[in-house]
Amino acid sequence: MKIHVAVTDTALVPAQPSDWLRDAGLSGAMVQFSGQVRDEQGRVEALHLEHYPGMTEGVLRTIVDQAGQKWHLNGAWVVHRIGTMVVADDIVQVAVSAPHRQDAFAACAFIMDLLKTRAPFWKKELIDGRWIWVEARQSDDEAAAAWLQAASAREPS
Amino acid sequence: MIEIRFFAALRERVGSDSLTVTPPDGVDTVAALVAWLADDNASVAGALEATPRYMVAVNEVLSQEQAAVRDGDVVALFPPVTGG
Repeated sequence: MKIHVAVTDTALVPAQPSDWLRDAGLSGAMVQFSGQVRDEQGRVEALHLEHYPGMTEGVLRTIVDQAGQKWHLNGAWVVHRIGTMVVADDIVQVAVSAPHRQDAFAACAFIMDLLKTRAPFWKKELIDGRWIWVEARQSDDEAAAAWLQAASAREPS
Repeated sequence: MIEIRFFAALRERVGSDSLTVTPPDGVDTVAALVAWLADDNASVAGALEATPRYMVAVNEVLSQEQAAVRDGDVVALFPPVTGG
């Protein structure tokens, strides 16, 4: 399984994950998620992201390794942007390739759900000229917990 | 010595991104370290009070409050993460 994990302060290129994952017939499926800066009804003027260098890459790599153990994957790409970005910029790309679509869909969702609750990134939004930290959402915690509960339910007793 | 690192809103509230501390013997868990730190340092106490939920990493691995800490560790405190 080939893996690419990175954090960058430059603009993400939408076609890069699929170009990198392309494997001349080994995979029958590729799923790509990208997350963008929302304008929140025109209120958000800019978004700034900071992270914990070193830990971030380690956490992302661990999440991808877990996905590779749960599903049959041929490749995984996770690139997250940091620094200041504007509305509609891509913030994150998660893409996976697999022999079959079910594994690709599930692994892509799993990686995103764990990234949201485990990877040390923090967002703040520029609203009316003031930077305001974004609060974590309970629904993100629940999405990650659902994967982990499903995994423990499958453990032999 | 233990290095304490702060991120995001917690860093801004503390007014510093890291502290190097030498806690007394017996301060051997994250919870004990945070309690000692809050007693010892008013800006950390105020920052923690203003941040009711925070996460902890010991040596760059997410940890719980009961996790062990020892000399040479890097303990990071930060608000719940909001990437993606």
